[in-house]
Amino acid sequence: MRFLKDIWAIVQKDIVSELRTREIFSSMFIFALLVIIIFIFAIDLSEVRGIDVAPGILWVAFIFSGTIGLNRSFLFEKENNCLEGLLLSPMDRSAIYFGKMLGNLIFMIVMEAFTLPIFIIFFNVSISGRILPLILIIFLSTLGFVLLGTLLSSMSASVKTRDIMLPVLLYPLIVPVIIAAVKSTGVLLEGKSLEGVMHWLKLIIVFDIIFLAVSFMTFDYIVEE
Amino acid sequence: MNLSETGKEGVSRFLGWLTFVMVLVALIFIFLYAPTEKEEGVVQRIMYFHIPSAWLAFFAFFVVFITSILFLLNKDRKWDIIAHSSAEIGVIFCSLTLITGPIWGKSIWGAWWVWDARLTLTLILWLIYVAYLMLRTHTNEGSQRARYAAVLGIVGFFGVILNHFSVLWWRTFHPKPKMLDMKGIGSGLDPSMIVTLMVSLTAFTLLYFLLMGQRILLEKMRDEVEEIKKRL
Repeated sequence: MRFLKDIWAIVQKDIVSELRTREIFSSMFIFALLVIIIFIFAIDLSEVRGIDVAPGILWVAFIFSGTIGLNRSFLFEKENNCLEGLLLSPMDRSAIYFGKMLGNLIFMIVMEAFTLPIFIIFFNVSISGRILPLILIIFLSTLGFVLLGTLLSSMSASVKTRDIMLPVLLYPLIVPVIIAAVKSTGVLLEGKSLEGVMHWLKLIIVFDIIFLAVSFMTFDYIVEE
Repeated sequence: MNLSETGKEGVSRFLGWLTFVMVLVALIFIFLYAPTEKEEGVVQRIMYFHIPSAWLAFFAFFVVFITSILFLLNKDRKWDIIAHSSAEIGVIFCSLTLITGPIWGKSIWGAWWVWDARLTLTLILWLIYVAYLMLRTHTNEGSQRARYAAVLGIVGFFGVILNHFSVLWWRTFHPKPKMLDMKGIGSGLDPSMIVTLMVSLTAFTLLYFLLMGQRILLEKMRDEVEEIKKRL
């Protein structure tokens, strides 16, 4: 109970500071939009079927814009030595990880909720009747991305070349989630049911569980002084 | 110099000579003893370099995983040094795999690169451990570097396993592993080819341990120099 309260305190702190500045959300959303637009110019949609490239473009937008959010997440804590304050507070270290992780998850999901409708309009795809499976896939994949991303960004924030270090560390490791998310989003956009993507769904869930456990085990060692 | 250090030097010198002889023997086996494959021709001989380097890359990264856990458990600098050395050597063998593979692929598949599961996995493997080495160079010296690297060494290993399944379901063209066939070990190969592969594998494995020994020694010397600098 205490543990959950601590986690919630950190999430609340992040949300309040974000509501005051709106820095992370605005940059994430605009960036996601720009990635989609750049792809529309790079790929001629009059020659390529939109549905063939749309899932990939959607996830590139999500991942790139999510990286921006993750990069900021621990940078703010480092700037005024806030992380030291957090570490001194009487709470379990892993509560800090879960708090930051949930904060990042919320920011990313809000960004996705705004980006998805625009994506649907631009690519002229239909998701009627498959909204829930699509939300499930997006939620679980985003969870996997954020679980690993929060862990790695807690390291990259104190590295000299922090902005480039996070993607270098994160992208090769996130490949399973990207493949699974793109493949299953593609199947759902083509009008098939969730049954055709069960093996991908299972892979994403296994990914989430493994990195939840690994992060829980290793986060203490990252922040210890 | 005390007795144990002279002993260690003797072992490393012996290992050096053993590796030298073994590599020569392996070369003789590869180019003179092993028959030329009847369909693939002479280019098939690259397999005797390709498979051992791939195997050693995986082995080296597994060593990184194990020593990373050991380091986090008891914070002994020794494990950090081994993990670092093994990652560096692993990246070298992984690069060799990525170089020898396309040379073979160009003449057999007609393309330098295809996005097959194994090739993709090896490429991702390479990227993960290059990132590992980058993290090491970009982090401040000392306990932070070792801790960060150890965490990534553990995360990276699980990443490799998950990547394995994802790219396997994504696509597969690579020739089925010739050694481990359904019909039994090595049924797809001539016995003399298996012997050659084994000799080459032994030579490469010896080379790995020789390089590890040298690399660990180098890192220890570096530590000593730092120590002396501090005292001055």
